[in-house]
Amino acid sequence: MTDYILDVKDLATRFHTDSGIVNAVNGISYTLEESETLGIVGESGCGKSVHALSLMRLIPIPPGEIYQGEVLYKDKDLLKEQDNEMRRIRGGEIAMIFQDPMTSLNPVMTIGKQITEALHLHTGMDDLAARERAAEMLDLVGIPEAKQRLDSFPHEFSGGMRQRAMIAMALSCSPSILIADEPTTALDVTIQAQIIDLIRRLRDKLGMAIIWITHDLGIMAGLAEKLNVMYAGYIVEKAPVKQLYGDPRHPYTLGLLKSLPRVDQRKAGERLIPIDGRPPDLLGLPKGCPFESRCSYAIDRCKKENPALELVDTDHEIACWVDVKTGKPREVVA
Amino acid sequence: MSTLNNGSQRTLIKAERLKKHFPLSSSFFTGKGGEVRAVDGVNLEILEGETLGLVGESGCGKSTLGRTILQLHKPTEGSVKFEDQDLVTMEGSELRRMRSHMQIVFQDPYSSLNPRMTVREIVGEPLEIHNVAHGKARKERVNELLERVGLNPQMASRYPHEFSGGQRQRIGVARALALNPSFIVADEPISALDVSIQAQVVNLLLDLQKELNLTYLFITHDLSMVRYICDRVAVMYLGKIVELGSVDEIYENPQHPYTQALLSAVPVPDPLVEERRQRIILEGDVPSPAHPPAGCNFNTRCPLAFDRCMKTDPELKELLPGHQVACYAVEESIRSQL
Repeated sequence: MTDYILDVKDLATRFHTDSGIVNAVNGISYTLEESETLGIVGESGCGKSVHALSLMRLIPIPPGEIYQGEVLYKDKDLLKEQDNEMRRIRGGEIAMIFQDPMTSLNPVMTIGKQITEALHLHTGMDDLAARERAAEMLDLVGIPEAKQRLDSFPHEFSGGMRQRAMIAMALSCSPSILIADEPTTALDVTIQAQIIDLIRRLRDKLGMAIIWITHDLGIMAGLAEKLNVMYAGYIVEKAPVKQLYGDPRHPYTLGLLKSLPRVDQRKAGERLIPIDGRPPDLLGLPKGCPFESRCSYAIDRCKKENPALELVDTDHEIACWVDVKTGKPREVVA
Repeated sequence: MSTLNNGSQRTLIKAERLKKHFPLSSSFFTGKGGEVRAVDGVNLEILEGETLGLVGESGCGKSTLGRTILQLHKPTEGSVKFEDQDLVTMEGSELRRMRSHMQIVFQDPYSSLNPRMTVREIVGEPLEIHNVAHGKARKERVNELLERVGLNPQMASRYPHEFSGGQRQRIGVARALALNPSFIVADEPISALDVSIQAQVVNLLLDLQKELNLTYLFITHDLSMVRYICDRVAVMYLGKIVELGSVDEIYENPQHPYTQALLSAVPVPDPLVEERRQRIILEGDVPSPAHPPAGCNFNTRCPLAFDRCMKTDPELKELLPGHQVACYAVEESIRSQL
């Protein structure tokens, strides 16, 4: 039973705001194996980032509230851990990197100080050892003259170097899980390629598991082993990566892939097929399937009942009443 | 998408030796100022009815080039002609009249619309400034414009915050169309939008182009999108155009080492393709446009650079039919094959 390094069960997070309750994450479950890379894909407001902050217990409470579920890490429920134990796990065993390295680094502290701070806290290394280790990490992420750069401030680094420094910091305590929340979105495409290449090499070398959160289906194709597609706070499709791109079964995933231009091919006169409409308001989710109003496959049942995830193939689950291949109601696979 | 009928198409915009340098404020201690060479000697023709893609990474000067062509920045040097009329020497009311032919759609639909104005006021403002329609006629024109971009005219009395990102971008397009322009600079018009919404706005722009015979300069960092909507593409690096040609030619047969690296870095949403793909990973970062290297701008990161590239700057030349490249190494290799 303990094959999984992380087992998320029915996790749900909401925010109490002046205009009402925002249902950001609405009961999601998935598992992560050791050294595995899992992609979580979705558009703005689908709950992908809130879900990651919930795992780490970084949701501000109030207005936030994790009102349901379990996050089992090495058989302990992170949602029930003491605060000081959580502080030990956070950054030590589960590390996180964010989209914008400028706002997530402390601008008035040197890069070296920020890395050694984590090392002091999590490993109890002394100053000299921590500085040695910090330089080693900067070198590992490809920052030239690492020893000297320890004394630089974040503003003296370019965007790509800051993201490298943040990766060095996250990996300095050898975490077993790295949560990467859109770490390349703010970067240019050639720098993005550098960072992805770096993370891939570090993963193979250090063997940590990765949860990579992104809106970019392109990035995940070459990086993840399996994918969860999120929409309006739900996981609507789960599949191994080749299966998801080669045989998408949820109308939303299908729509996303059709609306996406590809740099490597285009047939003359071919147009992109957009998904009509826009995502539902999380303040008042519909009773039925949240994608129903934009879905070209929708049937009567979709308005009334929200489908749960069901297995349609090996390791392939979708939350949909319809079989996109026939356009007819799906025969439930027993 | 309009098709290119080789050579018979009229040139609508012609920029020659265009430069835009921004002065850096001089330092009290050193007394030295210096300048940022955002656009540093660009020759560019935009043909009537085409969509020219202008691609490059942040800070390469692509937005500045778009704005300098429109005279929203006064050029430091060089000329910009719109239908053979020199825009650079124009001033005041003469330039303002020309502006009705040339419009811009901005990247951020959240900050480019005044939050205190209704949609009717926003879309009607160009009509007011240029004194072209009043009262009932203006109201009708605004309704027509909103319908044209796929918005319900009944929503005209609402404010921008009541609309989604995609709808706001439609409002920005309606405003740009108000004066019946022939040329539109679209500056990253879809970058702030979600993937499923991007295709909606792109298809709108393409339909409008066909209906109204518009010419677009489409500025973006999204190389995949360019392949779907542009006829030709210009690749910019550090203030200069390094490669220019038809989209099919550039994407199938890129010559400049920067273009090659750029295209190889774009991920493809297909795991089977990604498995086999070879990426060219460029070393290091883009140099500061305040201190560009001597010689070719790209020589600090170029895998092909040799001594000549460190000394002089290669010009953009037609090295293959309809395909311009600014690179000594490419030039020599093509010449040696002849």
